[in-house]
Amino acid sequence: MDLKTMTYLVVGATFALYIFIAIKARAANTREFYVANKGIHPVLNGMATGADWMSAASFISMAGLIAFNGYDASVYLMGWTGGYCLLAMLLAPYLRKHGKFTVPAFIGDRYYSNTARLVAVFCLIVASLTYVIGQMKGIGVAFSRFLEVDFSTGLIAGMAIVFIYAVLGGMKGVTYTQIAQYCVLIFAYTVPAVFISLQLTGNPIPQLGLGSTMTGTDTYLLDKLDLVLKDLGFAQYTIQKGSTINMVLLTLSLMIGTAGLPHVITRFFTVPRVKDARSSAGWALVFIAALYTTAPAVGAMARLNLIDTIQTGEIGAADGNLVIDERPDWFKNWETTGLLKFEDKNGDGRIQYYGKGLTDKEEAYGWKGNEMTKVDRDIMVLANPEIAKLPNWVIALVAAGGIAAALSTAAGLLLAISSAISHDVLKSTFTPNMTDKQELLAGRIAMAGAIMVAGYLGLNPPGFAAQVVALAFGLAASSLFPALLLGIFSKRINKAGAIAGMLTGIGTTLVYIFMYKGWFFVKSTAMMADTPEGWIMGISPGAFGAVGALFNFIVAYVVSGMTEETPEHIKEMVDHIRVPAGAGEAVDH
Amino acid sequence: MSENSVSEYWKANIRLVIGCLVVWTFVSYGCSILFADALNNIRLGGYKLGFWFAQQGSIYTFVALIFFYASQMNKLDKKFNVEEK
Repeated sequence: MDLKTMTYLVVGATFALYIFIAIKARAANTREFYVANKGIHPVLNGMATGADWMSAASFISMAGLIAFNGYDASVYLMGWTGGYCLLAMLLAPYLRKHGKFTVPAFIGDRYYSNTARLVAVFCLIVASLTYVIGQMKGIGVAFSRFLEVDFSTGLIAGMAIVFIYAVLGGMKGVTYTQIAQYCVLIFAYTVPAVFISLQLTGNPIPQLGLGSTMTGTDTYLLDKLDLVLKDLGFAQYTIQKGSTINMVLLTLSLMIGTAGLPHVITRFFTVPRVKDARSSAGWALVFIAALYTTAPAVGAMARLNLIDTIQTGEIGAADGNLVIDERPDWFKNWETTGLLKFEDKNGDGRIQYYGKGLTDKEEAYGWKGNEMTKVDRDIMVLANPEIAKLPNWVIALVAAGGIAAALSTAAGLLLAISSAISHDVLKSTFTPNMTDKQELLAGRIAMAGAIMVAGYLGLNPPGFAAQVVALAFGLAASSLFPALLLGIFSKRINKAGAIAGMLTGIGTTLVYIFMYKGWFFVKSTAMMADTPEGWIMGISPGAFGAVGALFNFIVAYVVSGMTEETPEHIKEMVDHIRVPAGAGEAVDH
Repeated sequence: MSENSVSEYWKANIRLVIGCLVVWTFVSYGCSILFADALNNIRLGGYKLGFWFAQQGSIYTFVALIFFYASQMNKLDKKFNVEEK
């Protein structure tokens, strides 16, 4: 069977499964729609959280980042997992105890203010929507590449699928669909990794293969990679290249951004008991770690395979490089997407791929510059099974996995947006007399609207595919996380302090990002050069979320100290949140 | 349950969280970033130790920490009799 038919078959079968589950698990009331009746087992909830959390960025982009940045890409590995410790210990159990449906509802209660709730809704929508645009783009790219249609058609097909199962099923449908999607995506990620690890090291476990010797030699895989990269004039794989302060702050921003992203927090409202919220965060991380500890092996092995494909013989020898006419099929396939490009600069009919460190030897070798003019890092995971010459069904599986990752995250984010609009804005602020049924309808309309907006922006991207993710994390880290944390651990923070803190955090982070990326991402309006030299104290715009969060904390404390004290009944509420006993059913207002 | 035992429970919880977060900080920001260069002189099979912490060890530690915290909290809940019924 050819690759195209196989892909249609595998992706089609997984879709049929998701839609079947969504229809089976349709939400009948608001409780099921928002929090799945609080009846999800902690292990299953952890699995759904894993799928919810791992987006196209984790599945498709991360291993590529690792392949080309080596050690420096560790910030993503640690940043996107370490946040779960903060969630489990600082937020999830207490928010579950409080027992409301949404994150803004907690903020509104704790800070006894509808204004605080609306500010939280604003932060939530900006963070979630920017994140979902990135997912929509990922969905469009994956669909168009593998179904061989143009980008817009692929995106519209993806929007329709998300619409059907998120709008019909609500949280209950989404949760069960996400469990299926987790299984698809982890299988799709590990199968090629196991094959490649076996090929290169003889060890079937990628996490161990990465630390093993190359098949038939005494050389460790990572040592070989360091050596080859050095010989070819690239930076070494296992050593640090960027600045330490930026690494620390970026890791911290990603960690607290993870803990502050509302679609992840909401997941812990769906478990039956407070103690389940704690262990469920652990299970979520187990399922996430399965992919995150495999990714470093995928990255390193993909880089090695890529170099081996091009540098077939000795460096500098006349016949040491890949002959253009003999380049493999995957090479040609990715050329047609424009994501892989080469140029025979010295006209020798072969391809040379090397880094800046080799400039002094160019003349002796007769080379005229690096001829791989474009190697998009996002293609590494998708191209990996082809590079390793694995069978077609594995390649089709990877396509299905990438789509599952993007769809599950998009659905979770859309649910968070729709509940914020229908529950926090409409029901609580403007039309308190809404019936359950009307609220459910409003939630579905809000979700449909959010899909349209995200789809439109995905079709007409404002030119910021990668930056949106950083913005989403920065916003969540600098606005929602501190307000939630202080709300639980400090009774001193009052209404004025929390509102001022959230606005300061989100404001400074937005300004810092816009200074480098352009106001509202219009590139020409950028005021500073977005390079390590141009960054204030070497802090990249993506790493600023941690600093924004610090400003949030300081302002919240200072303003609270200057204004009237928190009322007694709120202090009692905080005491009530801090102990598990007495956690009842969720209250829906 | 008395006022006193609730505040004892909360203090014990805070101590536990701080302990866990010290380990969390040490492994992620310490072993994986600040001391990575020094640790890279030690090998774990083909891995340099600092590199291993950054790309493998820290993640395993995070998982272990959450389960440790959850089990300790379950004990505290029992001890202070604040469990959910």
